[in-house]
Amino acid sequence: MTARDKPHAGRSDKMESVARAQPEIGPGVPASKEKTLIYRQSRWTRLTHWLWAISLFFMLLSGLQIFNARPQLYIGKQSGFGYNNTIFQIGAENTNAGPRGYTEILGHRFDTTGVLGWSGPAGNETARGFPSWATIPSYYDLGTARVIHFFFAWILTTTLLVWLVAGLINGHIRRDLAPRLDDLKRLPQDIANHARLRFHHTREYNTLQKMAYGGVLFVLLPLMIITGLAMSPSMDSVLPFLNDLLGGRQTARTIHFSVMVLLVAFFVIHILMILAAGPINELRSIITGWYRTDPPVHDDKTPERSA
Amino acid sequence: MAKFEISRRKFLTAASLGASGIMLSGCDAFDSQLSIGSGLRSFLENANGLTHRAQRLLGGGNSLAPEFTEADIRQPQRPNGVTAPDDDTYKNLLANNFADWRLEVSGLVEKPLSLTREQLMNMPSRTQITRHDCVEGWSCIAKWTGTPLALVLDQAVVKPQARYVMFHCLDTIDRSLSGDIKYYGTIDLIDARHPQTILAYGVNGKPLPVENGAPLRVRVERQLGYKMPKYLSKIELVDGFANIGGGRGGYWEDNGYDWYGGI
Repeated sequence: MTARDKPHAGRSDKMESVARAQPEIGPGVPASKEKTLIYRQSRWTRLTHWLWAISLFFMLLSGLQIFNARPQLYIGKQSGFGYNNTIFQIGAENTNAGPRGYTEILGHRFDTTGVLGWSGPAGNETARGFPSWATIPSYYDLGTARVIHFFFAWILTTTLLVWLVAGLINGHIRRDLAPRLDDLKRLPQDIANHARLRFHHTREYNTLQKMAYGGVLFVLLPLMIITGLAMSPSMDSVLPFLNDLLGGRQTARTIHFSVMVLLVAFFVIHILMILAAGPINELRSIITGWYRTDPPVHDDKTPERSA
Repeated sequence: MAKFEISRRKFLTAASLGASGIMLSGCDAFDSQLSIGSGLRSFLENANGLTHRAQRLLGGGNSLAPEFTEADIRQPQRPNGVTAPDDDTYKNLLANNFADWRLEVSGLVEKPLSLTREQLMNMPSRTQITRHDCVEGWSCIAKWTGTPLALVLDQAVVKPQARYVMFHCLDTIDRSLSGDIKYYGTIDLIDARHPQTILAYGVNGKPLPVENGAPLRVRVERQLGYKMPKYLSKIELVDGFANIGGGRGGYWEDNGYDWYGGI
């Protein structure tokens, strides 16, 4: 154990020393030269990040294909056929203006022709929930989508467990993600900074980052795995309380879908923030680990944002 | 450091070009590599074997599927797949109210059987209110009554080399160049001997209707609906299924669905 850990510990010491060297540069040196590369993301963070990125990409697109087999969401233990417990559906209907696609949320119907319900190349549209550009395979194939979905479910879950163990051992979770009292105090300022797209480039995550990453890793992904397992008839025989807890298998399926929407929202914001904060620097840190931090603040006149 | 940075930049450019290439070409980029028998697909399908082993490890042979109450039966059992077989054999049996129907038990057994519906119904029965989960994503709760499959297997005395129970059905589900394909499927002996695995002849207190698989269908409560064949005519004990149909163990399996349907 120690033999394997040592090089890593050595590396993180080096990183600390690089970061500590920063103030010694002192005032009078041009700002651009003061920017320091620090080793911000450990190999575990980088590896698990990309494994999640790949798994979530394939799980999303195969998941939308699976959803297309039954583009309805229900509340409860079963799907209402003799009664109505549908809260969301995507469908197609014939109208005077030809076939139209619609999406119905809690009884409110929206025309979503071209994207949801009725889509495809001009003149060759078909009735399908999510359009073919959003599904794997592009044509209707539930069996294949399930093969892909469950393969990456194993990758995603294993990655989350590896990350949890590594993050507890190397201190990543305690040091970088655990919220502190300071974070709460900084929250209003942090929201204001994000709203103005003013970013500080420091070793630490800011409050909103901690909330977003912590929320995904400790709430959304575990909820995704739990609701996924709750849909498995075999797992229901092993963990019968799971569906009772979640409100029934069809509610679990609805939660599974809703968490997907939240994860997509996280992805969109994540990408926008990276683009706004400096994509080269952000990408470098999640690929190589090295991150360029802002120069230290000398006086009040130093601009807040320097990237 | 400067030199290192250039290569990094090149890497980033290449990576983003590659990623956008995949996005631009759409998700049909993967279609060609996913057909049955292709290397990539066979590799991905290993996950199903892993799921099967993991769930067997966790659940063992006898973990019970949740059972529900009468109050949870809120609608008729939703039929799916073939709901009115068009086969002459089936229609003739139906016209005679299945008086001429027999359940054959054959293959790797010591005593092949040929059972009438009355004989099956005179055996000890089990009634269970369970949730039917379709692979498409919907669920429906119903009360099923039938003969535990284990009792039928015991009566036929399964030979030790048997590994799977194969169900042969009366309904034609597909037509191919080599002829009509009748629905068939397989389960392992653990699920076959599971206490909730029954040969159902009744649903919600009434005789099984045609759309739900009359005269007899299988209930395998820890798996999805496509693992529970309807319109049953023959049970065959086999040691493998590589030479039957597409060799994947069932009609839907031959069409790309996983053999293990516990998830």
